[in-house]
Amino acid sequence: MTTPKIPNSVPTSFGNSAASRPGSLGPARLAGVAAFLALVFVAVPLGIAASGRWDFYYTLTSVALLSIASAGVWLTFYIGRINIGQGAYALAGGYVSAVLITQVGMSFWLTLPLAGLACAGLAVLIGLPILRLRGVYFAMVTLVLTEVARLSALALPVTNGAKGITSIPLPGELSVLGLTIIPDFATLEDPKLAFYLVAVALMCLSYLALWRIVNSRLGHLCRSLQQNEELAASIGVNTAHLRVLAYAISSFFGGVAGAMFVSISQSIYPSSFQVADSVNFMLNCFLGGLGYVFGPMLGTLLLYFGWDLLFTTGQYQMLIYSSAMIVLMLVLPNGLLSLFDRKGGGK
Amino acid sequence: MEQILANGLYLGAQYALIALGLTLIFSLMNVLNFAHGQMYVMGGFVTYTVVAQFGLPFIVGLLASAVVLAVIGAVCERFLFRTVIKRSKREESTMLLAAGIAFFLDAVILLVFGEKQRGVPKIVDGVFNWDMRLIMPYDRILIGALAIAMVVGFILFMQYSRTGRAMRALAQDRMAAQLMGVDVDRYSMIGFALGAMLAGIVGGLLVTITGINLGMGGPTSVKAFLMIMIGGAGVISGAIAGGFILGMMESIGLTLLAAYGDVTYLAIFATLLVFLAIRPQGLMGKPWG
Repeated sequence: MTTPKIPNSVPTSFGNSAASRPGSLGPARLAGVAAFLALVFVAVPLGIAASGRWDFYYTLTSVALLSIASAGVWLTFYIGRINIGQGAYALAGGYVSAVLITQVGMSFWLTLPLAGLACAGLAVLIGLPILRLRGVYFAMVTLVLTEVARLSALALPVTNGAKGITSIPLPGELSVLGLTIIPDFATLEDPKLAFYLVAVALMCLSYLALWRIVNSRLGHLCRSLQQNEELAASIGVNTAHLRVLAYAISSFFGGVAGAMFVSISQSIYPSSFQVADSVNFMLNCFLGGLGYVFGPMLGTLLLYFGWDLLFTTGQYQMLIYSSAMIVLMLVLPNGLLSLFDRKGGGK
Repeated sequence: MEQILANGLYLGAQYALIALGLTLIFSLMNVLNFAHGQMYVMGGFVTYTVVAQFGLPFIVGLLASAVVLAVIGAVCERFLFRTVIKRSKREESTMLLAAGIAFFLDAVILLVFGEKQRGVPKIVDGVFNWDMRLIMPYDRILIGALAIAMVVGFILFMQYSRTGRAMRALAQDRMAAQLMGVDVDRYSMIGFALGAMLAGIVGGLLVTITGINLGMGGPTSVKAFLMIMIGGAGVISGAIAGGFILGMMESIGLTLLAAYGDVTYLAIFATLLVFLAIRPQGLMGKPWG
């Protein structure tokens, strides 16, 4: 049985990183990171091979990708904005990748960063006016943005309307100077494992980037925005530039996650990412705790796995899930990782 | 032209009533009620059950919707929002709670009422026809008039009753209201109940025309958010203005842009972006800081 093993061992490695000094790369933190990498790249595939629960690959791949998108949402929380529009960027990224593959014939591996960049560019355009909004105003406008993305996907000619884009080929070979780095997915006998490894690698890269951003000069400036935007502006922080930058990075994550999702499902529809998905990305961040870089990862794991495990309860799935969420909110309103607050003093 | 204006007015009256409930809750508690759309759907289903299943008159169904939703709103405030607001570090945490309640209500609606589209028979038959320039079924006119009457009643209530005055004081400055002897907890609860009740009443009104189904909750919330962004959050006049403006824009857009496919909401959103860039607090909202 691998089911209990995965959720149990993950929080400990997060606990280590939350407890050590921010920014420092001490032995405890390195050991925690190594343990985490060993867990996701070696222990999980071995465990799944031993137990024969191949369906867990799909679940865990989804968790990894959703947590990339949630990482983006977390970054907008970090500058003090509630972002409920990540679904729009995931959808946009998915369509950019799908259109480039099917109509231009580009390699998937090239479209992956392009999807992210396209979303970042879109975020700059949309962010310039809407990032002047704050609090619930920003939250509402981003929520509407998700709905607008769905409507655009329905209306634009290039997206093929409600029929969506289907039978997108699997990712091809990626080689540098004749050296194959990633083999053609269509020739693999087990693309599930390959997708899992790619998704987890992407997730690790994203969180490494996020952690690096938070513990850099940029991160400190973002924190000043979160606390008091006027004060930050008055001591010379270029707030307008900074918040657009943070929003663009956040949307980059959303676009990459969306593009990767499309390559797994080999199809995309206007309803692939909806308002509910956007809300879920935000909930993942809340659940894990907004003060912790790895909060969204833990939140995604718990919410997605919780939802999946409750599948056996049939029609009561939604009822139990939402009740658990409400109860959790009543008991731990500051997120799960706030349990470690007393030890680490928070970050 | 007359037709477009009449449709806009009719839609606007419904929308204004939805936005009023949302903005009331927001101004009193600083809570963005994600579950507003679900409360609206709930109200529709209660009316449907009373009218179509029990065979009672429509007005009884409407009253039942109002009462059931008021109770749900009061319970949510008393046992959920109040606790979370006290314990949480960031007030945005109430959003997670509101989203949780939205999912919960969705689940309850699914279990109790099922996922089918439901409607009740027309309450009045016949169609108003003014020289083929303006055609409107009588039941739409009746529902529109009822909605406008409710909006007027709500304004009068907020303006002249003791409860209304207490709630306006609370919205203006919570601390000052408390110091002047307003029972803050009690009026927060009444306010939340009233906001939920308005959502339920609109649901009850519209079930006679468009019917109701489980999937309507989310989009309704999105529309309600749009309205209070146009008008300015937490301001009653803003909610009414936002409701009527969105109703008009939708009515005009559906007629003029029909040739280009389903792009009305795209156009509305683009307009909104430009508008918010110029006036971020909405038409009548107060600027921050």
